[in-house]
Amino acid sequence: MLAYALRRLLISVPILIASTFVVFILSSLAKNPLNALKAKNPPPSPRVLQLEAERLRLDHPLMERYWLWLTGLFRGDFGPSVQSTMNIGDEVVSRFAVTFRLIFLAMLIALILAVVVGVVSAVKQYSGLDYTFTFTGFLFLAMPSFWFAILLKEAGISFNNAVGETVLYTIGDSSVYVTGGLWAEVADTLGHMILPTISLALLSFAAWSRFQRASMLEVLNSDYVRLARAKGLRRGKVMRKHALRTALIPLTTVTALDLGAIISGAIVTEDVFQWRGAGSFLLDAIRGSDVYVIMAWLLVSATFIILFNLIADLLYGVLDPRIRYA
Amino acid sequence: MPDNPKSDIDPSPPQVPETKASGAGETLAGPARTEREFTVAQRSQAQLVLRRFLQHRLAVASLIVLTAIVLLAFVGGALWKYDVGQFTPDESQAPSWEHPFGTDQTGRDMFAQVLRGTQISIGIAVLVALFATIVGTIWGAVAGFYRGWLDTAMMRIADLVLTLPLLAVAAVLGHNVGGTWWLIAVVIAGLYWAYVSRVARGVVLSLREKEFIEASKALGASDARIIFKHLVPNALGSVIVNATILVAIAILLETALSYLGFGVVPPDTSLGLLVSQAKTAVSTRPWLFYFPGLFIILIALTINFIGDGLRDAFDPQQTKVRA
Repeated sequence: MLAYALRRLLISVPILIASTFVVFILSSLAKNPLNALKAKNPPPSPRVLQLEAERLRLDHPLMERYWLWLTGLFRGDFGPSVQSTMNIGDEVVSRFAVTFRLIFLAMLIALILAVVVGVVSAVKQYSGLDYTFTFTGFLFLAMPSFWFAILLKEAGISFNNAVGETVLYTIGDSSVYVTGGLWAEVADTLGHMILPTISLALLSFAAWSRFQRASMLEVLNSDYVRLARAKGLRRGKVMRKHALRTALIPLTTVTALDLGAIISGAIVTEDVFQWRGAGSFLLDAIRGSDVYVIMAWLLVSATFIILFNLIADLLYGVLDPRIRYA
Repeated sequence: MPDNPKSDIDPSPPQVPETKASGAGETLAGPARTEREFTVAQRSQAQLVLRRFLQHRLAVASLIVLTAIVLLAFVGGALWKYDVGQFTPDESQAPSWEHPFGTDQTGRDMFAQVLRGTQISIGIAVLVALFATIVGTIWGAVAGFYRGWLDTAMMRIADLVLTLPLLAVAAVLGHNVGGTWWLIAVVIAGLYWAYVSRVARGVVLSLREKEFIEASKALGASDARIIFKHLVPNALGSVIVNATILVAIAILLETALSYLGFGVVPPDTSLGLLVSQAKTAVSTRPWLFYFPGLFIILIALTINFIGDGLRDAFDPQQTKVRA
């Protein structure tokens, strides 16, 4: 299993290099990063422009710039940002720490909800409950993430007004200044997280619960489940030990594949709730043609996606004893 | 889909005498034999699909609603008394008979705006589905048909596109193309064709081992003929279902892009841009926020239901719900 994991990671390296190369070319072809500087009033001297171009490695050819970036990574150098005071390496860590907090909690909630709702829907197929869940699922599938997030934000504001104090924070990822020690800080962070997490979780939950329902139905109609019931096992035990375990396998794949979509969803959600996370990091970089910031964002996201897919593949072996990696 | 030779799909009556290049499918289920042995009217594949689709009530209802929305946007938008960019003296008005969807703070009629936004959003989504489906299907069919190194090379390229984070790359490219609606469609399609190619390849891989392909080869049909006359038409069911779902996905991606400011930009408008412009006015002028959102949901929802109906119609064995 360890050898398999290592081999998978090794195969991922060329994919990662190829995909960073494509994005590097695409983002370098964007607008000139010096435009903002040139537009300043009074206009900067040619000498300043030249120095800035050198700092951003614009004096090198495109291919050489990519090579410099790639080799720089091994020294922990993420390249220069258009904002000269920013160290991309430090910034990317703090930004993604905020975003991962959101993504992991949202995925956890979405998965638990999806499994519960999917299984209940499948077991009580064509009941009123099933139809309600199905309709909700389709509705969330069709809902744009930003629209739903804004709706939740407004609901949060009305809730705060009704209660008379700020329980659900709707702006930012944490308060600037919190007094009262560690617990107050944790409470503050959680208060900021509630609405964005619900928003992100419900949208992933919709697709996953549909998927879980389908795979649970397939398993429930299979011969071995019928056999287990026929030989006298209790219904609850068959559901938990026989059916659910097998029915979870497809969901693992889908969860891993959907990670990219969740990261995209997080960009939008963070934008609505004005978090200083990886989302605004990326969006600001795109607006300012800040190539190396885009690259840092891509590198972390892509590595994360690759690792997550690997974990999903290894999980099959745990869920289904027939799958073993030699 | 099971092995349906071309003659089943194509409702064309009696075949001309077999030439060297026409596939063997026609020979096996030859019309002459059919006429002699069956007295029941023969139904073409297309008729069967249509009958099964019409039995799916939710899908048919969705189709009616979607058609109504499209007609409203494209015909109603042209006939409506207010123009998109027209400033009326009524500023920030709630919905009334004069302005069914209200007006914004500069007095522009929201109904005209939403209809224009719907036109652009649907236009982009349909273009995306069209481009991505054509490129993806041919890409997947060629890769699946030839196998070997060509397949490996083509699929690695598709995999590469699949690893790119969609929204991020679309935003980078969308920022570059600067708001032209059909260029945004090209950008989104440039990222989605890879999904289609995987589906098409999967279908072609199983089809190419079927007897009617072998028979075609034995009759000396060229590769291009086999791919375009036999493989692609038989993969069409899966491809059409996929293209339908793709329209819904593309609508959501386009609106998200426009919301973030990397898609359609003013003076033109899209449903996502309208929501974005209304995001600070939800409590004061809710009509600006709810109507464009409602249209996005209605379009995506109905397309998803139609996709479900089509899937059941094309593949009656697989009646499972969509993931």
